[in-house]
Amino acid sequence: MELSGAQILVDGLKREGVEYIFGVNGGAAMPIFDALYGETEIKLIPMRHEQGASHAADGYARATGKVGVALATSGPGATNLVTGIATAYMDSIPMVAITGQVFTHYIGSDAFQECDVIGVTRPICKHSYLIKDCEEIADVVAEAFHIAKTGKPGPVIIDIAKDAQNNETLFQYPETVDIRSYKPQVHGDPGQIAKAAALIKAAKRPILYAGGGVVLANASEELRQLTYKTQIPITVTLMGLGAFPETDPLSMEMPGMHGSCCANYAFTDADLVIAIGARFDDRVTGDLSKFAPNAKKIHIDIDASCIGKNVPVDVPIVGDAKNVLTELNKQVSTADIDPWRNQIQEWKKKYPFEYEQKVGKVMPQYVIEQIYEHYSDAIVIADVGQHQMWAAQYFKFTEPRQWLNSGGLGTMGFSLPAAIGAQLGCPDKTVVNINGDGSYIMTIQELVPAVTMKLPLKIFIINNMYLGMVRQWQELFLDKRYSAVDYHDNPDFALLAQAFGATGLRVEHTEDVAPALLKAKGITDGPVVIDFIVDEEENVFPMVPAGAGLGDVIRGLS
Amino acid sequence: MNPEKRHIFSVLVENRFGVLARVAGLFSGRGFNIDSLNVAETHDKSISQITLVTHGDAQIIEQIYHHLNRLIDVIEVTDLSTAGTHVERELVLIKIATDDPQKRTEILQVAEVFRGRVIDMKPASIVLEITGDEGKLKAAIDIFNTYGILELARTGKIAMLRGAET
Ligand SMILES: Cc1ncc(C[n+]2csc(CCOP(=O)(O)OP(=O)(O)O)c2C)c(N)n1
Ligand SMILES: [Mg+2]
Repeated sequence: MELSGAQILVDGLKREGVEYIFGVNGGAAMPIFDALYGETEIKLIPMRHEQGASHAADGYARATGKVGVALATSGPGATNLVTGIATAYMDSIPMVAITGQVFTHYIGSDAFQECDVIGVTRPICKHSYLIKDCEEIADVVAEAFHIAKTGKPGPVIIDIAKDAQNNETLFQYPETVDIRSYKPQVHGDPGQIAKAAALIKAAKRPILYAGGGVVLANASEELRQLTYKTQIPITVTLMGLGAFPETDPLSMEMPGMHGSCCANYAFTDADLVIAIGARFDDRVTGDLSKFAPNAKKIHIDIDASCIGKNVPVDVPIVGDAKNVLTELNKQVSTADIDPWRNQIQEWKKKYPFEYEQKVGKVMPQYVIEQIYEHYSDAIVIADVGQHQMWAAQYFKFTEPRQWLNSGGLGTMGFSLPAAIGAQLGCPDKTVVNINGDGSYIMTIQELVPAVTMKLPLKIFIINNMYLGMVRQWQELFLDKRYSAVDYHDNPDFALLAQAFGATGLRVEHTEDVAPALLKAKGITDGPVVIDFIVDEEENVFPMVPAGAGLGDVIRGLS
Repeated sequence: MNPEKRHIFSVLVENRFGVLARVAGLFSGRGFNIDSLNVAETHDKSISQITLVTHGDAQIIEQIYHHLNRLIDVIEVTDLSTAGTHVERELVLIKIATDDPQKRTEILQVAEVFRGRVIDMKPASIVLEITGDEGKLKAAIDIFNTYGILELARTGKIAMLRGAET
């Protein structure tokens, strides 16, 4: 029987095991939305903005490891997806974004709601397809999912002309995908792995430096084995938090601009850095000329172009972290580095994350500590800004995929829609969204689908009435010239939540923090929003100023 | 800083809509240089060959190599400047004004030296075709410039490894 292109697309998505599609309807995508109407195997989640759809698909992917799917119409629908696609691209999140396109005979004519989506998204996706013929749909869907989730994952775009959605053909789904030009290198070179093992054996001051790639490769177990077997201290980046438990004595917690002094000092003094699925991002390294100056570097990454990009590497190993670590673990043993371990413990003890309790203020760090007290097992999704850094510092993550955030692009507005995707993907988990007053209002409209679906999201706003992270830089480097960061004119978020049909609470006193968090626990029939009114001018420390070396970290407290 | 060197990449790609834009976009987006670019279908209709001349220090060249490989539609990347010895050719068309017969004779003599071919001759102009490597073409263009070049078009380099290697 012949099926429409739209139906073939939907049947293909079913073959790929898609559970949810996040989308906003519109002219050029109507046949696809129509094919999803009444569909039970795949649930269509109508979001309120396409940016929300792409972040929700992304949050679903980050929480589950499966491919997230977003759907939008042509033109403005597609351009609204762009921020979410770029966010997923920067953090290597497997995602398929489907956009309707104008009729084939209109393409190139500046037709109504026409936009060259392939052109616009070229630098922010792993790959993309423009489909003009319904015959291509089944093969492209299979290829797109294969590309999105293998190798270094990333978003893939499928742009489908409306006539291709309407025209009919037979549904023949490929059993396997073989792309001659795409063969990711999964296994590390044995010679290089042996070299790495030898360097590890010889090192006196080695550290492990793990990133989001470990989470993406589902290699946390192997990373833990390596750490426990060698007893080498480890720092895990913002993107990898939870890959190794932060509660373990070997954990130095997060490195970089707002990382722990211990991790930053360890980089500076190390004689060997073993990087795994981490990319020497500038927010981690600080001034490159002062970064780990005495250390040899081993770099394990699936993406050859990541190795040697920022920092010269002594032993490059291209391969999947899980495979490479499995091999490496066979060749390592306990490192004989007691003086170094003692040094690390001393730094850890001397320079923990700490803050000053100001009189009469709710300290944002205290709120995070209390969230950790009450929700230590939750999936935590932060937005972007100071609250994100405090969450990374004061919540102790112990499991991979427990912490989700937009690390690479730093997209404000990411967290609420991503929390929706995460909650749908992990219905048995508690999902906590730590948001900022500036970030929250960027995608606040997505509270609507959360209320409609009765998702029990815990939305905690660290409300400092400022674009706090920018205000901090203005305070420190621009003489307190607070240009365009004052958000005192924001609405009352508790009342606004109620208007949306969610529970809305406001907390203004330290003693009310814990009771409110407890109360939120009991609300399971829909989202609860707590507006924590915190100290307005608190800053994030430690801080490595932009352009400084990690050793020059400002500890904050005198 | 490492010294900058010129490199010729031979890139085999799927002969598909949009591939050239992906390659060109990669260079512009990451700030890599393209000195010349030549694209055409190969004897296998499903594959196109891109010859790309670029320059940069060793680290940049390595990045270019890996980023080209990362493109899904790229089948194979060879850095001809390091993979072995190679041959390279480029073709240039040069149009020169020949207002008096004396000048035309001279131009034809010079063309002979460069083994150029006359492919169009009109009372007031002449079009020459010259092939060669970069050095030869530069020498030819320098000389013809003294006669006043009206128009010049060149293909960009194509190249391949010597011997049986591919
Ligand atoms: C979409 C977007 N616009 C601008 C920025 C720049 N930016 C980074 S952090 C920040 C402040 C965020 O404010 P808020 O959500 O209130 O968090 P806070 O820093 O106050 O905790 C801004 C504006 C960004 N990251 N993303
Ligand atoms: Mg704020």
